[in-house]
Amino acid sequence: MQVLANLVVLTAIYALISCGYVLIYRVSRVLNLAHGELMMLGAYLLFTLASLFKGGPELAFAGAVGLSLLVGFVLYVVLMRKMTGELVIAAVLVTIALGILLRGLMVLIWTARDLHPISVLGWKNPPVPLGGGTSISSVALATILVAVVLYLALMLFFRYTRWGLQMRAVGERPLLAAQRGIKLHAVYALAWALSTFSGGLAGMLLALDSGLGSTMVIVGLKAFPAALVGGLDSLLGAVVGSFIVAAAEILAIHFIDPLISDVVPFVVLIAMLLVRPWGLFGTKEEIERV
Amino acid sequence: MAQASGYFKTSYGQELRLIETTTQKVALAAFVVVLLVYPFFAKPFFLDLANQVFLAVIAASALMLLTGFAGQISLGHAGLLAAGAFTTGILYKEVGAPFWVTLPASAVVGALLGLVFGLPSLRLKGLYLAVTTLALHFIVAYAGGEYETKRGYSTGVSVSPPSLFGFELTQGRHWYFVLLAFDVLVVLFCLNLVRSRTGRSFIAIRDHDTVAEALGIPVKRTKLLAFVISSVLTTLTGSLLAYYQGFVTIQAFTIYLTIEYVAMVIIGGSGSMLGAILGAVFVVLFPHVIEAAIRLVPASRHLVNDAFAINFAAFGLIMVLFLIFEPLGLVGIWRRLRDYFLLWPFRQTAVGKGG
Repeated sequence: MQVLANLVVLTAIYALISCGYVLIYRVSRVLNLAHGELMMLGAYLLFTLASLFKGGPELAFAGAVGLSLLVGFVLYVVLMRKMTGELVIAAVLVTIALGILLRGLMVLIWTARDLHPISVLGWKNPPVPLGGGTSISSVALATILVAVVLYLALMLFFRYTRWGLQMRAVGERPLLAAQRGIKLHAVYALAWALSTFSGGLAGMLLALDSGLGSTMVIVGLKAFPAALVGGLDSLLGAVVGSFIVAAAEILAIHFIDPLISDVVPFVVLIAMLLVRPWGLFGTKEEIERV
Repeated sequence: MAQASGYFKTSYGQELRLIETTTQKVALAAFVVVLLVYPFFAKPFFLDLANQVFLAVIAASALMLLTGFAGQISLGHAGLLAAGAFTTGILYKEVGAPFWVTLPASAVVGALLGLVFGLPSLRLKGLYLAVTTLALHFIVAYAGGEYETKRGYSTGVSVSPPSLFGFELTQGRHWYFVLLAFDVLVVLFCLNLVRSRTGRSFIAIRDHDTVAEALGIPVKRTKLLAFVISSVLTTLTGSLLAYYQGFVTIQAFTIYLTIEYVAMVIIGGSGSMLGAILGAVFVVLFPHVIEAAIRLVPASRHLVNDAFAINFAAFGLIMVLFLIFEPLGLVGIWRRLRDYFLLWPFRQTAVGKGG
């Protein structure tokens, strides 16, 4: 039972993170390899705001979430906009470089020590019993709820709103979309903002649960196979992929070796790439195949 | 490429020449003299830096062949270096093999891994290929870490310096000449390779693989060959690295190392062997230059403890700037500068731009 509960929590974490990869990839075909660092940035913002507004933890949380939305927007306008229309791989390399830059800056500003935003916020994280001797922490429960709400909201957003429709159109055919009067740069900026928003949320929740340190980048990178296994341009795929990767990881930890947990997602990734490179729910013709 | 007016190629032989003009001949001769004299005047620290640059040049040339010429993006370079270093370390530790066994053994492992890393390239390209090689990096790194923990070498595997006929390679100056010889061989090999039929088919595949196939180039075999050559050179570097540093630890082979090598290709200038050398020099020396700069400026002296983080940030920034503003890298800057002076007082404009 406890294994099952852990599985659901890990799936929720991966789903929250991998949705950021999907959002950007779906709209602009760029893989954002700085996502782990952006996640961490969100968590650090929460820490700083929490130290600033000692009285209002809710205010600090809302502020950090808002700021991480802004970070994505600014990043696109200042940096990634220059890469629009360039080779996709060059844009991906820019995100890698951006990740290094961010990591250096974050160590400079917040040092490399492990931080615990939850104690600064003054919140508690009691375990919630689920019956049958299983329990998960309250933050983990919140993570599951946030993931469910976020995914529902995003799916409705893509289906029914004007902006969601425009994002889908741009993802499918940027040229045609631009000719129909859709502002490409605005749509791309929105995708980046939403991506850092969801990533930031994931980072904050992760930091509340287990502290804030350099290991978060690895978690961010491990969520990327989840996105790819499900299909990089499919939100539903991201959830399924997260579940598969989380399941493989937890099984490997239980039956093989805890050390292997960092590798399992990538083994799953290779297997998927060899069999079905476009993922479970991805669009087949999108892949540059030989 | 613009040359000073009056220099025209009149035969196919000239087209193939490595050294084209007298100026280049003189410059190269001067450079060789500097390289030969350098170790007798340099302090041990600078000697070590030079050796690190030499090691980086081999691996950067390998990645340049693969990415810059054959157009296959690989994010598994650190994994290959680790494979070479660990093959050496394990063979030395387990059976006490001398270097003339471990070096070829590393090359064989490299060839096999090159096939493994290259296989996905037959089905995937671009982004997806990069991701697959990244995943393979994690698997190699895991295997190395597993060996370290299982055998109880958690701090790393120590390797004695190589010896031949009772002569031990320990001094920095000796290493300098050995590595320099390796570099000359590797760079000449690469230069000749890219001028050959194989090298030209690499370039054809990079530029347009469908057309390459239509021209009768065996695309799959050539791609695999590019991966194998590149990874043999890389694992050889890994093996030399293990001997040079005297120990092997998986902690040294992170994703960051891969990114450093990718940066060498980008910053140096993709598709040019000179770029690989310039990139290797730049990336290896960069952190030391930054640290020296921090020490020199009195106002920032208290930042010395954060030098590592500053390096990280500055490195990321430099890479971003090169990617956005100078995709041709240092070679591009060098060519533009040279053309500016060669053509002065006229200015060169690209075809179709201005005029």
